[in-house]
Amino acid sequence: MKRSSLVFLAVSLAFALPAAAQKKYDPGASDREIKIGNTNPYSGPASAYGTIGKSIAAYFRMLNDQGGINGRKINFITYDDGYSPPKTVEMARKLVEQDEVLFVFQTLGTPSNTAIHKYMNMKKVPQMHVATGATKWNDPKNFPWTMGWQTSYQAEARIYAQHILKTKPNAKIGVLYQNDDYGKDYLKGLHDGLGDKKGMIVKEVSYEVSDPTVDSQIVQLQASGADVFFNITTPKFAAMAIRKAYDIGWKPVQYLNNVSIGIGSVLTPAGLEKSVGLITLGYLKEPTDKQFENDPAIVKWREFMKKYYPDGSMVDNLNVYGYSVGETIAQVLRQCGDNLTRENVMRQAASMKGYRVDTLLPGVMISTGPDDFAPIESGQLQRFNGKEWVRFGDVMGH
Amino acid sequence: MKKREAFLLATLVVVACVLPFVVSNYRTFQLTLVLVYAIALLGLNILTGYSGQVSLGHGAFYALGAYCAAILMDKAGLPYWATLPLAGAVCLVAGFLFGLPALRLEGLYLALATFALGAAMPQLLKYHHIEKWTGGVQGIVIQKPEAPAFLTGAGLPLNSDRWLYFFTLGVALLMFALAWNLLRGRVGRALAAIRDQPVAAEAMGIDGALYKSAAFGVSAMYTGVAGALGAIAVQFVAPDSFTVFLSITLLVGIVVGGLASIPGALYGALFIQFVPNVADEISKAAPWAIFGVFMLGFIYLMPTGVAGAIRLLTAKRRSP
Repeated sequence: MKRSSLVFLAVSLAFALPAAAQKKYDPGASDREIKIGNTNPYSGPASAYGTIGKSIAAYFRMLNDQGGINGRKINFITYDDGYSPPKTVEMARKLVEQDEVLFVFQTLGTPSNTAIHKYMNMKKVPQMHVATGATKWNDPKNFPWTMGWQTSYQAEARIYAQHILKTKPNAKIGVLYQNDDYGKDYLKGLHDGLGDKKGMIVKEVSYEVSDPTVDSQIVQLQASGADVFFNITTPKFAAMAIRKAYDIGWKPVQYLNNVSIGIGSVLTPAGLEKSVGLITLGYLKEPTDKQFENDPAIVKWREFMKKYYPDGSMVDNLNVYGYSVGETIAQVLRQCGDNLTRENVMRQAASMKGYRVDTLLPGVMISTGPDDFAPIESGQLQRFNGKEWVRFGDVMGH
Repeated sequence: MKKREAFLLATLVVVACVLPFVVSNYRTFQLTLVLVYAIALLGLNILTGYSGQVSLGHGAFYALGAYCAAILMDKAGLPYWATLPLAGAVCLVAGFLFGLPALRLEGLYLALATFALGAAMPQLLKYHHIEKWTGGVQGIVIQKPEAPAFLTGAGLPLNSDRWLYFFTLGVALLMFALAWNLLRGRVGRALAAIRDQPVAAEAMGIDGALYKSAAFGVSAMYTGVAGALGAIAVQFVAPDSFTVFLSITLLVGIVVGGLASIPGALYGALFIQFVPNVADEISKAAPWAIFGVFMLGFIYLMPTGVAGAIRLLTAKRRSP
């Protein structure tokens, strides 16, 4: 090393030391950068979700161009796990042990996150804002290092229950649900939301993913005399259920879970005219929604997409999702200031009171607390008019 | 075994024993997975490489072994090491039984039948009547084994990753030794004879049906033991972990590593463990396209697999 550079080093050390005394860092954070890890299915059966990882990466590129967070650049390391849980374990270990990220963020999929749940908590590395709607991520007592983001399945079902109690207090409810943790999560939310009025449910029938149709289940529900139908199904079955109910002349008030609200993927195959009147819950602004044509947040999002993610689809709401979670974590990190320890990241993420991300529907807030690791618990009901979803009523939930 | 081979093997074992102390825990974990895959590939190689029956469904036996281990640990409270022989036995029987009817099918038809098994397995595991054991789509989370107290107490620097690596290494060595003994003797010759000249083999008094289903059983047993070890290493099993893609990956592994070669299983395992990661680092947009390029490159440059290429190289060097 040349002498001049030695002097430079000594001088810069002398300046750095007093400042460093006030700053606190865990692995993955320094004066210059914050390392964030992620796994996404860029290949495999769920690769449609891979665009979330890409839009988050694009968001961080934009953030870095604007100077980063408190002068630090985000170094976003994302790996393909192909939606295979063992691969997620391997990649999470790589992120934590080799890349030494400060935390992992938006790891995608319920089985994938289940696979690393224990590991992340044992290592005390935040498993931040996981990309799944299962309710189990909100369990700060047993898993203080894991946090969800989106409206959980249970919270969504509770909102439908509230709406039923308010608008149709004498309803007879029939439920069709997929027989797995996702379906049961929704069912539990409905039960909790109805509380002591649980007797309103006159019939619950389930189906397996391997079933060819749900025709007989729909007939059973009609025979039970139900006048409210809660449809807890994944896209393929949702389309079949909606069509069958219409075709046999059953005309209940229909609630459809948010999982299957795609107009192209569900309602068109079911028949748009057969889908009129469906009710569901939304929490994100849809990029295709006419009402948001000139909405500043969506306009800003479009500019972001054009500049930083030109390959991405402008009609895919998963890209709005990626942008929105990016905004959320940026706020968490801003709140952390110069105390970039894993503990503080968790603490700041758990102390957001009514934070607004502009791409969320008006009135939907992000709120957390030491005992509340469920950031979004509200949404607005919307009804299908044969062409598009139309929002109505107030923002519900809390 | 020749002196030179014995020396090479001893060096390899020494290197394998030193490695976990010089690389990170994460790399140790990856090396454990390499050993796990090597055992599975060896199993598939017994069937496909030696007896010439193509299986596109070995992921199913891997899954079966993994679930055996997970259920026995989680529900029956068995220690992790005790689950291996049981998982192996279950897969041996399952493989033998599947082998019996499948024997009537040859070549591509057998490949399709096994493919059906591999494709069906994830859905069978979700079947709701067995959910209380399998945990349905949620799968089972299992505890990671710690190094035994008498070893850590004696001052050995063994954390759970290193311990699991050595445990897997021990099992792998045992399985490789068994396969080596099995395949270089009568059984190996019989299997090769059935593969190359089935009619001649019959004429020489080899019971083709028996040998084929036995090969199927033994092959499934190896894969099952690997599955059990894999589950213990990953600490989690779920139906989505064992899609039909796993079966195809295993087939890729034996072809790239070298058909009908025992060390080929190790080369193949290194390939399927590390090349997808390299591909992912090169391109996020099309990791599988990059993987495909690698695969084509290997097959084009080493048509008999890595093991075949190494054999060729050493042969050339010795006869200048």
